[in-house]
Amino acid sequence: MKQSRNLWMALAAVVILMMPALALAAPVTVNWWHAHGGALGEKVNAICDGFNKSQNQYQVVPSYKGNYSDTMNAGIAAFRAKNPPHILQVFEVGTATMMAAKGAIKPVYQVMKESGLPFNPGAYLPTVTGYYTTLDGKMLSMPFNSSTPVLYYNKDIFKKAGLDPEKPPTTWPALAEIAKKLVAAGVCQAGFSSAWNGWIHIENLSAWHNVPIGTKANGFGGLDASYTFNGPVQVRHIQQLADWQKDKVFVYGGRTNAGNAKFSSGEVAMYTESSAGYAGFKKTCQFDFGTAMLPYWPEVKGAPQNTIIGGASLWVLQGHKAADYKGVAAFFNYLSKPEVMADWHQATGYLPITLAAYELTKKQGFYEKNPGTETSLKQMTLHKPTENSKGLRFGDHAKTRDIMDNEFEAIFAGKKTAKQGLDDAVKAGNELLRKFQKANK
Amino acid sequence: MVAHRPFQTFVTHGILILGALVLAFPIYVTFVASTHTIEEVTKSFPLLPGSHLVENYLRALTVGPRDVGATVGTMMLNSLIMALGITFGKISISLLAAFAIVYFRFRLRNVFFWMIFITLMLPIEVRILPTYKVAADLKLLDSYSGLIFPLIASATATFLFRQFFMTVPDELCEAHRIDGGGPMRFFFDILLPMSRTSIAALFVILFIYGWNQYLWPLLITSDQKYYTLLIGIKRMLDVGEGQAEWPIIMASTILAMLPPVLVVIFMQKQFVRGMTETEK
Amino acid sequence: MEKRVVFRNNVLPYLLVAPQVIITLVFFIWPASQALWWSFLREDAFGTKSAFVWFENFADLFASAEYLNSFRVTLIFSSAVAGVGFSVALLLAVMADRALRSATVYKTLIIWPYAVAPVVAGVLWFFLFNPTVGMVAFFIKKAGVNWNHTLNGTQAMTLVIIAAAWREISYNFLFFLAGLQAIPHAFIEAAAIDGAGPWKRFWTIVFPLLSPTMFFLIVVNIVYAFFDTFGVIHAITRGGPNYATNILVYKVFNDGFINLDLGGSAAQSVILMIVVITLTVVQFRFIERKVNY
Repeated sequence: MKQSRNLWMALAAVVILMMPALALAAPVTVNWWHAHGGALGEKVNAICDGFNKSQNQYQVVPSYKGNYSDTMNAGIAAFRAKNPPHILQVFEVGTATMMAAKGAIKPVYQVMKESGLPFNPGAYLPTVTGYYTTLDGKMLSMPFNSSTPVLYYNKDIFKKAGLDPEKPPTTWPALAEIAKKLVAAGVCQAGFSSAWNGWIHIENLSAWHNVPIGTKANGFGGLDASYTFNGPVQVRHIQQLADWQKDKVFVYGGRTNAGNAKFSSGEVAMYTESSAGYAGFKKTCQFDFGTAMLPYWPEVKGAPQNTIIGGASLWVLQGHKAADYKGVAAFFNYLSKPEVMADWHQATGYLPITLAAYELTKKQGFYEKNPGTETSLKQMTLHKPTENSKGLRFGDHAKTRDIMDNEFEAIFAGKKTAKQGLDDAVKAGNELLRKFQKANK
Repeated sequence: MVAHRPFQTFVTHGILILGALVLAFPIYVTFVASTHTIEEVTKSFPLLPGSHLVENYLRALTVGPRDVGATVGTMMLNSLIMALGITFGKISISLLAAFAIVYFRFRLRNVFFWMIFITLMLPIEVRILPTYKVAADLKLLDSYSGLIFPLIASATATFLFRQFFMTVPDELCEAHRIDGGGPMRFFFDILLPMSRTSIAALFVILFIYGWNQYLWPLLITSDQKYYTLLIGIKRMLDVGEGQAEWPIIMASTILAMLPPVLVVIFMQKQFVRGMTETEK
Repeated sequence: MEKRVVFRNNVLPYLLVAPQVIITLVFFIWPASQALWWSFLREDAFGTKSAFVWFENFADLFASAEYLNSFRVTLIFSSAVAGVGFSVALLLAVMADRALRSATVYKTLIIWPYAVAPVVAGVLWFFLFNPTVGMVAFFIKKAGVNWNHTLNGTQAMTLVIIAAAWREISYNFLFFLAGLQAIPHAFIEAAAIDGAGPWKRFWTIVFPLLSPTMFFLIVVNIVYAFFDTFGVIHAITRGGPNYATNILVYKVFNDGFINLDLGGSAAQSVILMIVVITLTVVQFRFIERKVNY
């Protein structure tokens, strides 16, 4: 009897002695799977380090899981295998898929509410959060890296052809004029090219000209929405791009941002690409370049409206303990701090997510020192977003982007007219939407 | 003597030189690209090695892959563990299975035979999601076992050992049985030594197979501790909106090529001998 | 093909096959049967909602022009890769066998690509043929060909075939050379004395003696062209332009992983399995019998 009491005492002593050590040694781990490699990945690691050093209760562990698709798949596979990360970064076209998976996600507004930490959805840029918020104003995921497409142009080439390097084209006809002059002067092989064709020349083109790409407020209104991006504005634009290939005004640059080298090598003088491509061009371009807002068609009424975002947001997955979600909330709180966000914005070219971070960047004089970096923000906030320019929410939209790429290739290769190609893309896209609707009933 | 005319010799060497040049060209370009700066690589088309060899390789080994979260050393070690694990695992289980299937008659023999050989044709890519689920259920994510075991489930080696065992003269087995020897003695004393060269050849094939795996490791590792070098390279390529650092990627590619190439070159003799004996 | 002399034991053979059978069951049969089950389901990506839909996924596939196109593309791609891989490798091996003393030097040069992972091979060829920064593309353009595999389907197909066959040439070469060097020179010399020319000698003596090697290589090459080339397609064309290089295994991956259509992707896996199992059985039953051992 006595012996056992001694044993208990000893055990109790050990436990009591170890408790502070335990608390110190084992903070709650929060896993964050993200899609940022290279320099961006380093920045992500630095943000997590900053958070981990700022307190000792939680430890955010970032894991790079490959590109956006890889990351989303890894997250889904892990969820199905009941081993999900806490935070999963999902690209914007995956938004509808995530929203529909009600049993798999924990909405951000709920995570923040349960944590008791201060959270004000109004502090974020409305054009960004609009993409990730329900119609009744509930924020479902945490915006993180958002960008919007802008026009990059090579000032040196402009100068060589005797054009004013501070006067980039604002409309598509003006761009074509300049392109023809540049090609005729022999200062570049073609006028312009583009990255992310579906995102820029269908989705953003439509928002910028205030025309819809689908019914039901671009899909915000329900799963029964359909695509309508084969309208006159889109068909005309794409057909024009195809025709411009003959005059070397336009050249196809490939899928994703494979065409970036066309701009950085000086093969083309102008290039439409994400604002987040800025840092990359800064590194690879041996010439002076500027950014401008996307050109528009002047005869379309209501243009220019405003552009929409791309990039990704952070989703919280189900299947963890309450204490873990407190850690997630604390981390989101840290992310939203003006200094953290402003630093991310300035280092990467992604948009500042909060108004305060935007203000802070302005105050620091960043935009004066780095002309052109504010273009994206101005363009995003040009007018109050309409139903057509708030964003889009279609199931399996990643696949529709894939369909668009394939149809673009048929159109630009001259196998189909723009009308045929876009009609086919809309038809195939709508089949996917119906399938998605059935699967998510 | 088969006639050797000068013209024929000329054609022979001409074709070989051309073939070798074409086949080695991409690797040469890779090497060249790994010795220049990124501007030089993407602007002009360097055909001769540049002056940044040491700098690029040092960066690949130390700084570059830091973005990935693991050093090239760790990743190479992981690749090595995975490749060797797959190699030895496959060779041992297939030796046993091929022995059973060739040298025994038993019920279900045909069932097992087909079950094993069907896997020969269906690599892991086709059933990757359910396999992931199995690995997760067995708690094999982020572990060396998880990297190794699912990839052992393929019948290349069993197929080859079966082919080889079929060619072993029946007299050997008969003599062994007349001497009163048991099957396992036969296996260890006679079959295994005879298979030495086949095993060496398979070692080469499987080592390269294992070293070059990438979709599976990509999926089941989330802990940088278990990254393999190929994942590292893929990670360096996937820069999203950034710019791929070609020289560093190319340097890492050359580093990733070295172990399998060395294995092939140093084991050429055994490999060739093993394959010829197996095939007859 | 059966052994005449065998051992008799009631337990031992089961123990011997056990490790392989267990691994096969756990990591192959079980996942494969799950894929079969999934092919009858319609699920959302996270598997939170699921409905049994019988053969709807299969019906959708065969109604889709994209899927049928994928079959055609795979056929062209696989036969071209196997054809190029086989013929070039055989030619080089015959030459290397003739080169006698310098054979080792050539061999050392030729086998390098075999050590390169398919995905890395894809990256290398992509780099060489990139319309903007690629060196080879640059010279082709100089020669007057309008090279742009991002828009031209035929060019894209040519490129992925070259990239996929490149590695396979090295691999086949090793086996062919090994097979050739094992043929006793006396055979060939005897034929030469009989007055058979090199061409005839090759087809009547060398070729038949190589048939076991061929059988093995046919199996391996088909598997390679069907599946391992995934990395090549992924790195170079992603199935484009306009589905020109959208081979079956890439489509399985793309629909399952990128587009998250689990049921459709599983149905494609099942069809692939059926195709491949049929091929295996045919090969074992018919081709193996005709091969000279």
